[in-house]
Amino acid sequence: MSDLPKSYVSEPRLNGEGTEQPAEPLVLIEMIQRLKVRDVMTSKLVTVVRASPLREVQSLMKAKRISGVPVEEGGRFLGLVTINDILRALEGGYIDETCQKHMSTKLVVLEDDMPLSFALRYFENYHYGRFPVINREQKLVGIICQRDINRALLLELANELNRLESEWVLSKATAQPYNLYVLREFPVSKYDFENAGKAANKIKQILQEKKFPPKIIRRIAVAAYELEINLCVHSDGGSLSWQISNGRVEIIATDSGPGIFDLEWACKDGNSTANEWIRSFGFGAGMGLVNVKRVADEFEIESTVDVGTRVKAVIYIDAKLKDEI
Amino acid sequence: MKLGELVRQAGLEVLALPDGGAEIYNGYTSDLLSDVMGHCPENSILITVQNHKNTVAVSTLAGVQAILVVHNRSIPDEMLALANREKVALLRTTFDQFTISCRIGALLGASSF
Repeated sequence: MSDLPKSYVSEPRLNGEGTEQPAEPLVLIEMIQRLKVRDVMTSKLVTVVRASPLREVQSLMKAKRISGVPVEEGGRFLGLVTINDILRALEGGYIDETCQKHMSTKLVVLEDDMPLSFALRYFENYHYGRFPVINREQKLVGIICQRDINRALLLELANELNRLESEWVLSKATAQPYNLYVLREFPVSKYDFENAGKAANKIKQILQEKKFPPKIIRRIAVAAYELEINLCVHSDGGSLSWQISNGRVEIIATDSGPGIFDLEWACKDGNSTANEWIRSFGFGAGMGLVNVKRVADEFEIESTVDVGTRVKAVIYIDAKLKDEI
Repeated sequence: MKLGELVRQAGLEVLALPDGGAEIYNGYTSDLLSDVMGHCPENSILITVQNHKNTVAVSTLAGVQAILVVHNRSIPDEMLALANREKVALLRTTFDQFTISCRIGALLGASSF
C-alpha cells in the first residue's frame, strides 16, 4: 500500500467521534489493486503513421475529442503526438510537416497487466495526460487517460454498491433480530486518558439505541473498555475496532508495540506491569484481560515483543449462536 | 431502597442526583476500575476514593447508579459534568470507606450476604 500515490491512500478513516462510515477507502484501494490497466484503458485506438501530417492529427483530435494520438506502424509503437505538440506546431508554423519529425519519442508507457494503482502513481509522478499501453510483446494495445480511470472506478463502485445492496436485501430476508452491520475503528494514543473510553462508549450508545439486551450491552462495553484502556496504558498507541454483524460483536485491539513478554502471566488475574501513576487512576489492577476473557464468548490474544499485540474478543448477541458452538 | 432515601438516611452530600427515585439494591466498595467492571452488581452504589471522570465512565458501563466519594475528597469539575451528562448520581461523605460501607450495608439490609 505504501507505493500508492498519497491522494489514494486511505486517510485515517478512524475518527474518534466516528461518523457513520464503513471502511470505504479500503474498498477503493482493493479496487485499484485488483483492476488491471487493460480493464480500464481505451483499446479502440485512433493511430497515425510517421508520414501523417500534423494537420491531419489536429483534425483527428478535434473529431474524436482526444488529446493524444499514437504513431504506429505494423503494430510497432513509434511515438505519440499530443495536443501540446500540435500547439507548438501551430505557433512554430510547421503544422503541415509530418509526425516523424515532431512526435514525442521519449515516452513513458504502461504495461497492460499492471494494476491500476501503478497507472495512478504514474499520473501522479509524471503529470502526463495519458499513457500509451503496451503488452508483453511490446505491441501497442491501448491508451489510458484520467477520464478512463474515473469511468472505470465509477462503474466498479456502482457494481460494488449493487452487490452490497443485494447482500443487504438478502440479510433482510433472512431477518435475524440483531443483524445490523456496523464497523468502526478508533485510534487510541498512549496515556490519553482524556479520550480513552470513547470507543466503548460509542458502541454502548449504538447498542442501546437498537435496544439490545442490557446484559449483553454491559458485557460488550466492558470488553471494549478494558481493551481500550489497555491500549492507552500499555501500548505505544494502537486502535480499537468493533464490528457488529451477523448476531455477533467482534472487538479487536491492535497496537504497534511493545508487545507482551509473557502472555500467560499477563492473562492471569492480578498481574500487571502498570506503574504507580497509572494505578492512581484506578487502572493497572491486572484484571483487564481477565475481565475481557470472562465476558467474551471467544477470546484470542497474540503478541510479539517489539512488534505488537492483537486481542480479539467476540460476544454473541444472538443466543442461538452460542448453542451452535 | 430508593436512592433519595438512602442519601437522606446515610447523610450523604449530594453533588448530582439525576434520579432520586432510582432503586438501589446493592453496594460495591472498590478503587480498582477493572474490579468494578468485573464484579460490581447492577443498580449499585459505588463507594470509592477514585475522584476522577474515569470512575463515571466505568460506572455507566457497569450499571452503577450512584458514585459515593469518601473522605470528602474534592470532585473535579469534569467529573461532575460527566456525571450530570451520563445521569449518574455523584455523592460525597466525610467518612472512610469501611465506615460508610457498613452504614450503607446496614441500610440496604446487607441483602447480598
